[in-house]
Amino acid sequence: MNQPKTMFDKIWDQHTITQQGEETLLYVDRCLIHEGSRHSFDQIRRNGNTVAEPDKVFAFSDHYVPTINRDKGIAGVPDPKIRGMIELLASNTKEHGITLFGWDSPNQGILHVAGPEQGISLPGIVLMGADSHTATHGALGNVSWGAGASEITHVMATQTIWQRRPKTFRITVDGTLPFGVGAKDIILTIIAKIGHGGASGHAIEYAGSTIRALSVEERMTVCNMSIEGGGRAGSVAPDDKVFEYLDGRTYVPKGQDWDTALEFWKTLPSDKDATFDREVHLKAEDIAPMVTWGTNPEHGAPITDRVPSPADAATPEMKQELETALDYVGLEPGSAIDGIPVDHVFIGSCTNGRLDDLRAAAKVAKKGKAKVTAWVVPGSTPIKRAAEAEGLDKIFIDAGFQWRDAGCSLCTAINGEILQPGQRCASTSNRNFKGRQGLGSRTHLMSPAMAAAAAITGKITDVRKLG
Amino acid sequence: MEPFTTYTAIAVPIDEANVDTNQLCPTRFNKVPVGDKDYWKILMHDRRFNPDGSEKPEFILNKEPYRKAGIVVADRNWGGGSSRESAVYSLKAFGIRSVIASSFGDIHYSNCMKNGVLPAKLPQETVQELRKQLHENSGAEISIHLEAQTVTGPDGVAHVFEIPENPKYCLLNGLDDIARTQEHQDAINAFRTKHTNELPFLNPARSEL
Repeated sequence: MNQPKTMFDKIWDQHTITQQGEETLLYVDRCLIHEGSRHSFDQIRRNGNTVAEPDKVFAFSDHYVPTINRDKGIAGVPDPKIRGMIELLASNTKEHGITLFGWDSPNQGILHVAGPEQGISLPGIVLMGADSHTATHGALGNVSWGAGASEITHVMATQTIWQRRPKTFRITVDGTLPFGVGAKDIILTIIAKIGHGGASGHAIEYAGSTIRALSVEERMTVCNMSIEGGGRAGSVAPDDKVFEYLDGRTYVPKGQDWDTALEFWKTLPSDKDATFDREVHLKAEDIAPMVTWGTNPEHGAPITDRVPSPADAATPEMKQELETALDYVGLEPGSAIDGIPVDHVFIGSCTNGRLDDLRAAAKVAKKGKAKVTAWVVPGSTPIKRAAEAEGLDKIFIDAGFQWRDAGCSLCTAINGEILQPGQRCASTSNRNFKGRQGLGSRTHLMSPAMAAAAAITGKITDVRKLG
Repeated sequence: MEPFTTYTAIAVPIDEANVDTNQLCPTRFNKVPVGDKDYWKILMHDRRFNPDGSEKPEFILNKEPYRKAGIVVADRNWGGGSSRESAVYSLKAFGIRSVIASSFGDIHYSNCMKNGVLPAKLPQETVQELRKQLHENSGAEISIHLEAQTVTGPDGVAHVFEIPENPKYCLLNGLDDIARTQEHQDAINAFRTKHTNELPFLNPARSEL
């Protein structure tokens, strides 16, 4: 009998072209890029390379697109440098024959939202993206990871990549999630447990009854933040929910091809006796709505907790780290997380900009009126349309939230949409680094329901108390 | 790529864990083309400069002799977060050819090696000890010997670091990966044929409506 294999091993082995020392040359089925990939196009031009298989590269206008005044067209983008980045992606992709979901495409969206939505990401493939949140696609059951410009240049020039085989890491969550707790709380709990660099050098597989019970979109939320735990790749075994999600999407195999694909995809889940280099188990019952209080995603705690005190730190280094973080975020040691006033709310991003997320936020928004500026930025234009079809836009607008166009917006804050120094934001995005949402900005990561609760109360609030 | 063989330079101690790539290159600078004459200012920009563009004299990279530093000695989890390669371009533009830390963000670690910047991983106690020596002897130099995989501190003690074999070869010889990969073009072509036959439904052109 063959050695039992993990899903990761099966996909890795099937994509191995050759081995050199500790590195494997892997074939890449899909490469996803965005405006920031200008450095890769510059490198290709400088090296005199061509794009090897342009039909396997897909580009998305997402990082730099504004999320208001899009009806004014490209000329309406006020900053010429930002406008230039959007135009540069259009001209670069045209020159190399790459499909672009441009700023005005009806299917435009964040690469990690629009990619799965269009059926570009599939089970069983190797996918690389020019963005660290590329593990998102792993929710469909594949090997997906993010890379910098040079590695993306390599993929575009050769449709391959050299990689050292990462170790495997299974994170199992079992049980039923308590009321008011969702996918974002699961991943923030995992990161708080394993640390910001905890899964470094590992490919994660999320497993267990809790993960299986999540929708495909919710699984994307979990996989999305793998990099915040240090893991470049994170995935979930494909099941009927995934196949149902994919069926009929534009780039998904059709007819006879669908049947063959389905047969293949069903062979992907890790074998029963496969062993992982590392395992962690969590109980769903122990998870509460999570909020980050500091300056990296491992600085998270249940809403019922207090901001930690440097005096209680285990080591002098931890003490210094806590002091620096609390000084930056402007919070007192030992103060309650519940009740921290916020200036701004951001609901969106590749972590939480999908229809399920908007539904969860709208359910809470219905209960009141926004007390602070609150933005809702759908992850893609099709999601915006779908949300409008079920009246979510109306709920948000009636509750005083801004209903905006699709893009990365205030998650990466590179499109001109930024917070002012010192402003505090309840955000459904993925990073609370210093200055992430604008110079001097303070970010608290949380779920869409929690962010909506912060909007209608003007402070970080336990959504469970709103009933 | 400029080869990396041996390198001796003033080393700057940065006593912070989790210096993420947002700190190394604030997002708004991602769009600046490589080669811009002011690229050296981007490295840790918001730690080095006030909003009006004036320098923050207290930040270590603004102090002499560290303005001429060629090596960073950091702590754990250097370069976590975003995949932005501009973090490495800014290190290079400042004049940094190597970062010594006890752990690195995986993507940044690769990005460094692809750009001729050596990420040297040493145990946490060693990086703490090196930083202590640098604080005690401001402007002290560190020497790196890539072939031997050693970092020699101001006290003359050599520490062996690990580095994967292929990136080491590329760094030593200043080779970029694409040239190396093209030597395997026949294997790639053969693989592509096999892969297409095995999993024909993965071809996006077959599915597009």
